[in-house]
Amino acid sequence: MATLEVRDLTFAYNNTRNILENINLTVNDGELVCLLGVSGGGKTTLFNIIAGLLKPQQGRVLIDGEDITGQTGRVSYMLQKDMLLPYRTVEDNIALPLLIKGMNKKEARKIVRGNTERFGIAGREKKYPAQLSGGMRQRAALLRTYLFSADVALLDEPFSALDTITKSAMHRWYLDVMENIKMSTVFITHDVDEAILLSDRILLLGGRPATLTDEIVIDEPKPRSSDFVLTDRFLQYKRRIISKIQAPEA
Amino acid sequence: MSARLRSTISKAAFPVAALVLLFAAWQLICTVGNIPKYMLPSPADVFAAFKADWRLMLSHAKVTLLETFIGLFFGILIGFLMAVVMDRFSVIRKMIYPLVVISQTIPTVAIAPLLVIWMGYQMLPKIVLIILVVFFPITISLLEGFSSVDADTVNLMRSMGASRMQIFRYVKLPNSLGQFFSSLKISVSYAVVSAVVSEWIGGTEGLGCYMTRVRKSFSSDKMFAVIILISVLSLILIWLTTVLQHACMPWEKVNSEQKR
Repeated sequence: MATLEVRDLTFAYNNTRNILENINLTVNDGELVCLLGVSGGGKTTLFNIIAGLLKPQQGRVLIDGEDITGQTGRVSYMLQKDMLLPYRTVEDNIALPLLIKGMNKKEARKIVRGNTERFGIAGREKKYPAQLSGGMRQRAALLRTYLFSADVALLDEPFSALDTITKSAMHRWYLDVMENIKMSTVFITHDVDEAILLSDRILLLGGRPATLTDEIVIDEPKPRSSDFVLTDRFLQYKRRIISKIQAPEA
Repeated sequence: MSARLRSTISKAAFPVAALVLLFAAWQLICTVGNIPKYMLPSPADVFAAFKADWRLMLSHAKVTLLETFIGLFFGILIGFLMAVVMDRFSVIRKMIYPLVVISQTIPTVAIAPLLVIWMGYQMLPKIVLIILVVFFPITISLLEGFSSVDADTVNLMRSMGASRMQIFRYVKLPNSLGQFFSSLKISVSYAVVSAVVSEWIGGTEGLGCYMTRVRKSFSSDKMFAVIILISVLSLILIWLTTVLQHACMPWEKVNSEQKR
C-alpha cells in the first residue's frame, strides 16, 4: 500500500514548448484514479515521467513522501500492447520483473504459479503468448505488472486494443480481481464509460500545454457490478464529464 | 500413415523426381554420345569412383570438416563479439562497419595464397580464411537483430529497472536468434567451400588437396565424386543447423502454427 504524489510537474521535450504544466495529483492507498483526456494530450508522457523513464524540468514524483523522480524500477507500468515476449512462455514472461530483481528462475516461477489462479490464467502457464487470446494476454500482462510492484501501478489504456465484448468481459474480470488487491493505480483512458465504471476519481487532462482541468469523484460503493453502466446515476456522471471535456477543434 | 509423414513425402517427391530425371539424362548423354570419361564421366562412373576411393575421401573429409568446425566456432565467436561491441558503442560501429563491408569485397581466392605465404601449409591459414568468411554474415545479422527490438519493450524493461545486460539477455539476444540462424546456414556452407578453396592452394590433407590431385591426373570421375561429397557434407551441416535452430527456438514452431 502506498500513496503516489505528483507535485508541480512541468515537462517539455528538449526545451521546446511545454507538454505538461503544473500537474498536481495524489493517488491514495488502494485508490484507482483515471486520467481522462484526448489522445496525444500528454497522458503517456506523464506516465513516462512517473515511471522514471523521462526527467521533468520541474516538479517531483513521490511515493509515501519519498522522492523517486527519474528513478526506474519503482512503479509498475502496463501498456495497451501486452508486450509479452513471443519467445518466452507465459509464466516466464510474467516472471520477468522478478528475474530482473535478481530472483532465481525456480523461485520466480513458483510465485507466478501461486498467482495465475487468481488472475484467471491458470493452466496457461506453459503456453506461448501467441497461443492466447487478446484478453488472456492482457491478464498475463497485468499479473506481470502486479508482480513487479504490488503497490503502485500505471495502466496506459490497457484494454483499448480489445473488441467491445472482450473489453466489457475484461472490466468484469478487472473489478473482480482488484477486489482483493489494493493497488494504488493510475489508469489512462479515453473511454468515458470505462473511466466511470472502474475509478474512484476521474481527473480530466486537457489543453495545450496539458493541465489537470477538473476532478470528478465517483462516489459509488465497490465492488461495482457491470450493470452499473445501465443506471441513471451512471448517466449523470457521464453527462457531467462530457460537459467538462474540452473537445479540441475537430 | 500419419498426415505429417504423408506431407513430407509429397514435398520430397518433386525434387527427388527432378534429380532422378537429371541423372538419367546425364547417363543417357554419356552412353549414347560416347563421351570420353575424362571429359564427362557418367553417373555410373562417378559412383564406381566413389566406391573405389571412399575410404581415402572420407579421411580427407575428416580434415576438411575439422577445419570447418574450428573456423566456424571462432568465426561465430568473433562475429558475435563484434556485433555486441558495435551495438553497445555507436562510435565503434560507425568506425568499423564500413571496414567490415569492404573486407567482404576482397575475393576469397585472392587472399588464400597470401594467408599460406604468411602462415604456412598447416591448418592455420585455412581456419583463418574460414573465420574471415564466416564472421561477416553473423555480425551483420546479429547487429540487425539487436537493433530491431521493439522500443516500447525496451522501455518497459527499463521501467522495471532492468540493467543494460538484462535487456540484452532477455530481449535483444532472443530477438536476434532467428536472424542469427538464417545467417548461420549461409555461413556453414561458405565455411565448407572456403576450407576446400584454401586446401587447393597448399597443404597435404583435406578434400581440396584430394581434388587438386585427381584433377592433375585427369580422373574426372573422382573429381565429380568429391564434388558431390562436398555438396552432401554442406547439406548435412545446413540440416544440422536447422535441427539446432528448432532446439534453441521451440517457440518458433508454436508461433508459426498459430498463424495458420
